[in-house]
Amino acid sequence: MPPAATNYEIAQVCLLVGKIMLENGGETYRVEDTMSHIAEAFGIANSHSFVTPTGIIFSIDGPEQTTRLIRISSRSTDLRKVTVVNAVSRRISQGELTPNEAYALLESIQADQRRYPLWVQMLAAAIASGCFLIMFQGAWSDFLPAFVAGGLGTFALAYFHRLVPIKFFAEFLASLLIGFIAYLSVKTGFGHNLDTIIIGSVMPLVPGLLITNAVRDLMAGHFVSGVSKGAEAFLTAFAIGAGVAFVLTFYPGKGF
Amino acid sequence: MEMLEQLITSFISTSAFGIIFNVPRRTLVQCGFVGMVGWMLYFSFQKASVDPILATLIAAFVVTIVSQFFAKMYKTPVIVFSVSGIIPLVPGGLAYDAMRNVVQNHYDVAVQLAAKAFLLSGAIAIGLVFSEVIHVLVRRSRT
Repeated sequence: MPPAATNYEIAQVCLLVGKIMLENGGETYRVEDTMSHIAEAFGIANSHSFVTPTGIIFSIDGPEQTTRLIRISSRSTDLRKVTVVNAVSRRISQGELTPNEAYALLESIQADQRRYPLWVQMLAAAIASGCFLIMFQGAWSDFLPAFVAGGLGTFALAYFHRLVPIKFFAEFLASLLIGFIAYLSVKTGFGHNLDTIIIGSVMPLVPGLLITNAVRDLMAGHFVSGVSKGAEAFLTAFAIGAGVAFVLTFYPGKGF
Repeated sequence: MEMLEQLITSFISTSAFGIIFNVPRRTLVQCGFVGMVGWMLYFSFQKASVDPILATLIAAFVVTIVSQFFAKMYKTPVIVFSVSGIIPLVPGGLAYDAMRNVVQNHYDVAVQLAAKAFLLSGAIAIGLVFSEVIHVLVRRSRT
């Protein structure tokens, strides 16, 4: 029989689970849920967590109380990690893992940066842009311009984000490029309807998921997360709108 | 013909979004399917000139039900499927349109569009919550 896990070790596991989930697109309420389930599986009945998009506070009540805070500074969407962590938490609930084992496992998940290569993501964004154009009642003749603009826009986002770590700026430049390509294609007669091309190709950038998540959080009573996610979504939408509008003010085309 | 076109493009675009969000490879096809179901519902309602907010609500509701079913079947968090299903319904284009109007000083249009985008995302969120509530109720009544 190994020595019983200390509260500190349990809190470590819970916080790391929360951190990975939150950094990779897990919903706030589910993060809280998962953390308290894990604590329960390790025999801690009264744990409290306060999860916001920028930080987690986790506390274990009782005579040997522990309260810890971690900060979340980067957020992206990587649902594979969320899935893997979910599987780990399921194994913990079934009592298959000790806190130390779980912690080691989670650390290896955290370090694993396996993603689709950038060119596959670009291709996916390009195809999605083209398909969205058709879904939004665009003409097939505009498929190719949206394909090109969407793919290059995603590439620009990744590239500029690596160059300047300010998300707003990268989004602005990416949508600037999209606007420019869309304008160019209409100007040269390659594309036809500027508006549908732009809307189709900015779809991979728009914060649609964030907006819905924000409203979802507000409804669940997580006001801090709801409002901050809403602000983030607003900023992203603003960056994209500004980038496209910037191009359009220089080249007043039809409709403006 | 148009239906077929929408069917194929919505399937492809939602699974492409799955790649961007890095969902596990074995769930890509299911993600596409969920997206297709949601979009086809929304699209048919739109054809029948049902109010877009109601159409979005029902589509989001069905998407979540299907996602929950898949989540149980493949032992994966619901978010993997519901995200791809919801992407086409999300008023991202509207939000962008509203912002573009703000930057171009057309505030009246911008406020209208923003209010509509807000209501639509509210409808999606209600659809999500609704089906979650029903899911919980069904689970409770079984035990």
